[in-house]
Amino acid sequence: MFGKLTIDALPFYSPIAAGGAAVTVGGALLVAIVLTWLRAWKYLWTDWLTSVDHKRIGIMYIVLALIMLLRGFVDALMMRAQQAMALNAGGYLPPEHFDQIFSSHGTIMIFFMAMPFMTGLMNVIVPLQIGTRDVAFPWLNAVSLWLSAAGAALVMVSLVIGKFSTAGWTGYPPYSGIEYNPGVGVDYWIWAILISGVGSTLSGINFIVTILKRRAPGMTLMRMTPFVWTALVASVLMAFAFPAITVACGLLALDRLAGMHFFTNAHGGNMMNYVNLFWIWGHPEVYILILPAFGIFSEVVSTFSRKRLFGYESLVYATAAIGILSFTVWLHHFFTMGSSAGVNAFFGVMTMIIAVPTGVKVFNWLLTMYRGRIDFHPSMMWSIGFIVTFVIGGMTGVLLAIPPADFLMHNTTFLVAHFHNMIIPGVLFGYLAGYMYWFPKAFGFAFNRGWGLGAFWCWIIGFYLAFMPLYLLGLKGMPRRMETYNDPTWQPYLLVAASGALVVLCGIGCMVMQLYVSIRDRARTRDLTGDPFDGRTLEWSTSSPPPPYNFAVIPTVSDREAFLEMKEKGVAYRRPAAYEPIRIPSNTPIGVILGAFGFVLGFAMVWHIWWLVLASGLVMFAAVIVRSSNDDQEFTLSAAEVKAIEDQRYRQLGSRS
Amino acid sequence: MAAGFALLTGACDLKRAAVIDPKGPIALAERNLLFDAFCVMMIVIVPVIVLTLWFAYRYRASNTKAAYTPTWANSVGIDAITWLIPAIIVIAVAVLLWRSTHRLDPYRPLESKEAPFDVQVVAQDWKWLFIYPEQGIAVVNQLAFPAGRPVSLRITSDTVMNSFYVPQLAGQIYAMAGMQTRLQMLADQPGTFVGRNSQYSGGGYSDQHFEVQAMSPADFDAWVARAKQGAMRLDATTYPALAAKSRANPITYYSTVEPRLFDSIIDKYRHSGHAHAAPVRR
Amino acid sequence: MSVAPMSAHEREEIETHEQRALGFWLYLMGDAVIFALLFATYAIMIPGTAGGPTGKQLFELNNAALETALLLVSSMTFGFASLQAKAGNRGAVLLWLAITFVLGVGFVFLEVREFTGMIAKGAGPDRSGFLSAFFTLVGTHGVHVTMGLIWIVVLGAQVALKGLTLPVTSRLQRLGLFWHFLDIAWVGIFSIVYLPGLL
Repeated sequence: MFGKLTIDALPFYSPIAAGGAAVTVGGALLVAIVLTWLRAWKYLWTDWLTSVDHKRIGIMYIVLALIMLLRGFVDALMMRAQQAMALNAGGYLPPEHFDQIFSSHGTIMIFFMAMPFMTGLMNVIVPLQIGTRDVAFPWLNAVSLWLSAAGAALVMVSLVIGKFSTAGWTGYPPYSGIEYNPGVGVDYWIWAILISGVGSTLSGINFIVTILKRRAPGMTLMRMTPFVWTALVASVLMAFAFPAITVACGLLALDRLAGMHFFTNAHGGNMMNYVNLFWIWGHPEVYILILPAFGIFSEVVSTFSRKRLFGYESLVYATAAIGILSFTVWLHHFFTMGSSAGVNAFFGVMTMIIAVPTGVKVFNWLLTMYRGRIDFHPSMMWSIGFIVTFVIGGMTGVLLAIPPADFLMHNTTFLVAHFHNMIIPGVLFGYLAGYMYWFPKAFGFAFNRGWGLGAFWCWIIGFYLAFMPLYLLGLKGMPRRMETYNDPTWQPYLLVAASGALVVLCGIGCMVMQLYVSIRDRARTRDLTGDPFDGRTLEWSTSSPPPPYNFAVIPTVSDREAFLEMKEKGVAYRRPAAYEPIRIPSNTPIGVILGAFGFVLGFAMVWHIWWLVLASGLVMFAAVIVRSSNDDQEFTLSAAEVKAIEDQRYRQLGSRS
Repeated sequence: MAAGFALLTGACDLKRAAVIDPKGPIALAERNLLFDAFCVMMIVIVPVIVLTLWFAYRYRASNTKAAYTPTWANSVGIDAITWLIPAIIVIAVAVLLWRSTHRLDPYRPLESKEAPFDVQVVAQDWKWLFIYPEQGIAVVNQLAFPAGRPVSLRITSDTVMNSFYVPQLAGQIYAMAGMQTRLQMLADQPGTFVGRNSQYSGGGYSDQHFEVQAMSPADFDAWVARAKQGAMRLDATTYPALAAKSRANPITYYSTVEPRLFDSIIDKYRHSGHAHAAPVRR
Repeated sequence: MSVAPMSAHEREEIETHEQRALGFWLYLMGDAVIFALLFATYAIMIPGTAGGPTGKQLFELNNAALETALLLVSSMTFGFASLQAKAGNRGAVLLWLAITFVLGVGFVFLEVREFTGMIAKGAGPDRSGFLSAFFTLVGTHGVHVTMGLIWIVVLGAQVALKGLTLPVTSRLQRLGLFWHFLDIAWVGIFSIVYLPGLL
């Protein structure tokens, strides 16, 4: 009846694991109680969960990302604490728990923190920046969100029922195969990734079509904002790279479920094929994450330097070049697998070539700051901190791209420090810059600057403290993922790294305070104009938060900095003579239903509850058929209703002056 | 506080860091490559960091004396420079990369007057088995060889993927079941070094390190003689007990070893008569 | 294109369907990446027979040729359905869809028979890496065809109930793309899996 699921799946094997489960269950209960107490269930359901509005979907993505950031960060703290204590088999975690933590940390941070954060920012901003009313496929957008949430929920549930994977976030076989890993952990990992991966593929397709087909009149490709450009390239990578991880994880699942031999040691299996498939997705994935962050930095540096972005064309070509090259470098993740010198050298050189367009971007941001008037808004601080820190990571990346040097540094903490040095300043700082930049646009009130700056300083200082010692430990030959060690000279470095994690914890505390203070003061700090930073691009031309239809009249664009140009010409806030009725996609519960049953399907696959697999699969199938047969998926906002909303907006604008 | 403490310990400690302090020509060449590329890149990294901080300070909004050109956004000349500088540096490093990757191919035997010293390496859960075909002995968790003589390693795994890693002598390469990878090393002087598995392989991974001993020829002969005195033999009947999972194994000597043991460990995953899918480089 | 001026709503409607067509093309390209990787996996796993049967011992050209014929003809009959949809002949569309469906079912039947026969001979997907790759590649295509068959039924019902409205014909076009795409994937399977296995 319940497949492999028995009462033994509850985590009473260790007090720490039980504690993690208790926090997860307690957190979920607390949210449920608060929602009940606020009588917010109906509001939540009708206004959010069933919403197909890109702005709300974006905000929900970012909420998911921030929750998962907390979870992933707790994992990081636990690892740093363990390694700080673990000289000569010390520490507080057994290896079988430590390896779950490093596996879930990586999986969560990449798939369920960074991906939703990026998709969320794209959702909120891209349609506004290209001057359209929604994405091309609003319902599919909701499906993507809820499938991502289903994957995240699977990872969270593994804390409570069963165990998570111990095979690292990359899940290399044969270790992740059924022979060496018979538990359910790897299955949780596989199904979390497969289900959320479908969501990411659909998001990619959705945004390619949105950006190619729904731009406002006059917005040629070369008038798109840098963020839209990077979102477009990232979407192309999403649509075409995610199939690779679907294949890699799908074949691994077949090995585990059906006794196949794709990646087994014996019976004709070939583990090296998995490693190739995984990184054919994995390297483009790095650029999926980082390109939109580059776009955000471009916007932020230009806005807060009060200056036009330098070298726009260069930036666009660099973005496109990075997108293409990202598919040609995957082998640099395993120079140590015994490929011939020619193959290794080829992929090493291709990797170096990517450094060229990346370097161009860095110069362009610098030249944008040059002769500007720089406002040290938290978003600008994230950008400056990013440039300084990111070039260090880029440098260590080039070192690792030289195969013989990689033989020395691969799989050490030097590698760990390198990719955190790309992903924390490059990706996370970018998203946080975007989060603090566009927060007033999304919610209509200011985001507290002081706490934002506090968060920045804690994060960057914590970052250096946490990861510079790991570079040095890599030079000392410390492999990654050590649960204990016997070299006493490592410990001082690991203590410093742990202190860095604590400083980052303060940064996260600042982020929580920033949210609290900003919401508390919202009545005082309302953004009445919709344009708090003297913005340059179209998202600032609407009210904050934007109305459901974004633009009462679709703007006509004649410059890259469309809104700045309108302001300069004095046509920015001009009212139209009359309004037209606007068709808006209707809310639908089918997205959230698909997510819920996607979760059930994944859970049932993990535990081999075959009747439930079948049942939830059938429900999902039926839901898709019902939805796809429905011809009437929109409702109309009458001209009078539009006028009422717009009148309100112009009253606000008037009250300002 | 903590950072200062680390700097203090670090300064004297880092000179002896495994990667910085190589003890053989291969690790030395790999490290020098690291240093050379590092220096080349500093040509651009340092100016970028300095300029970023300088621009941020110089063009702060409160400094109204600084020049302000809000619409200056294009310059063909500067565009060309921004593409050319990284391109030149990348070409320089790429040439370095291409040559060194071929020169330091871990499959390429070292040039030496002396015949290479062969050792066969088997990764197990969670220990390393070293088979010395010339001497007919096998040792767990200890790799010994004469200093000054090139060592030619053939590496496989009798379990999941491992990575054989000796930072002071050779770097690393993966060990995979049913396949053989190769690595060359050479120690200039007698000495003791640390070797590890660097690819996570399960519960005993943290303790899966081994001792690397480069010895003078006389010491090495004595070591072999000592190893041969032991009573334990490694053959088809005793091997499974050794291959079973075990953690933190002490150094163990086998005075004799079945001649084709290494090949049979590879072959058992490959099934006779059929070429394996993997492109095995011998 | 009609010359009569379109209302904003009509224009939006047409744009919507253009966007869906582009989106579907992108989906197909992503699906093509999946097939490409499965083909590559199959190609490198051909030697991984682990002492078990090889393609030469297992594949029957007659069966594969018959499958090919059924699928190619079904693509043609779907083409007739598309033409009739353009002409607005609801009955003819339904008839051609029904014929396509029958041919597709025939294809799936032959494939299932081949699979069960191989499994009965002890040459199932768990026998060797080579057979894992074979069953997965060909089976993935078979699952796609099955999905296409369900889709034909759903759209047939829509044609019957709603008539050839703009949304329904737009869906028919996408189903057509999908069905023809499966042909191309099958031609790949026939020439990479079955032909070399026999030569």
